[in-house]
Amino acid sequence: MQPDDMIPATEFCVHHKIELSFIHSLEQHGMIETVVIEENIFLPLSQLDRLEKIVRLHFELDINLEGIETINHLLQRITNMQEQIVGLSNRLRAWESD
Amino acid sequence: MEFIDYYKILEIDKNASADQIKKAYRKLARKLHPDLNPNNKEAQKKFQQINEANEVLSDPEKRKKYDQYGKDWQHAEHFEQAKQNQSRQGFNTGQNFGGGQGFSGEGDFSSFFESMFGGSGRQSQTKFRGQDFHAELQLSLVNAMVTHQQTLTVNGKNIRITIAAGIENGQIIKLKGYGAPGTNGGPAGDLYITFQIADNSQFKRTGNDLYTTATLDLYTALLGGETTIDTLNGKVKMKVSAETQSGTKVRLKGKGFPIYKQDGMFGDLYVTYQVALPTNLTEKQRALFTELSQLK
Repeated sequence: MQPDDMIPATEFCVHHKIELSFIHSLEQHGMIETVVIEENIFLPLSQLDRLEKIVRLHFELDINLEGIETINHLLQRITNMQEQIVGLSNRLRAWESD
Repeated sequence: MEFIDYYKILEIDKNASADQIKKAYRKLARKLHPDLNPNNKEAQKKFQQINEANEVLSDPEKRKKYDQYGKDWQHAEHFEQAKQNQSRQGFNTGQNFGGGQGFSGEGDFSSFFESMFGGSGRQSQTKFRGQDFHAELQLSLVNAMVTHQQTLTVNGKNIRITIAAGIENGQIIKLKGYGAPGTNGGPAGDLYITFQIADNSQFKRTGNDLYTTATLDLYTALLGGETTIDTLNGKVKMKVSAETQSGTKVRLKGKGFPIYKQDGMFGDLYVTYQVALPTNLTEKQRALFTELSQLK
């Protein structure tokens, strides 16, 4: 039985033309989480975005998993900082227009 | 349509080997890839340019044609036809330059590329996701405080989106797959919408809190009483303490802006009182104020 919020890992692999072993390595590296139901591996939909990005970075740019992990950390920091900048700019705008 | 120097784009010499081209492309792709440069239009544009340069220079046949005609690319078709006419004793094949050579797929190439290699010049099977689109959407402060739907037209496509209450000025939301289609079967890019929330003359917003000012008459400020405050949800009656000073700030808990994607949660509204002194005093008022001043 397939839960609504998951897709079979094999389906993802066929669609992206990648080996299932790649999904296993990502899980071993702690980069994604998978769910096993009745011996079938499923990927939560919430992780697809992240997973597709990993696939692109690995296969389009030849970046190894350690590199992708580092990139993801740095991108997250950039996102946090950008959000902080937006928040601070809005606060500044509120007081500047006084 | 201008000539594009693909060697310059890949920052390589005209005599670069296939290996050097590959290395140069990889190096630049790692620097400019859209996944590594979210919301960077300049990087995305350059990424397309290096893809196009790599498309031509990594294919020996295309590179040969590109090198052969160089800046005279506009006359390439004539040269090619003349050559064919010569070798086939005047038989005109009608073959376009680079077109109909079994290449498949379509991509976002420059008009220079399309003109030189035809509209469907992609041979490599490398899949690339489509370009991300960026759009701006303006909302008023009042609109931003309620969850509502809006229809946007992006590149001729109507997209209906739900905007959650509490969205912030400058906040970017991503709509997956609504960007340009991918090349060679690659996934479509994403659509990024940046929200511009216009200022409101009465309320200022900082995060989820709102700030406003309210005017109290002298008597209410001195003796206490009630006043009515405008909030974004309507009017609220408030008690005013006796001897309230001008500049006093009070907080109305939960009367601020809705917290983004947290149903039923709101920030606070801060009201700064400004005490208005009476004008056009009557004789009696003046006499009473004078009497008051003497009591000091």
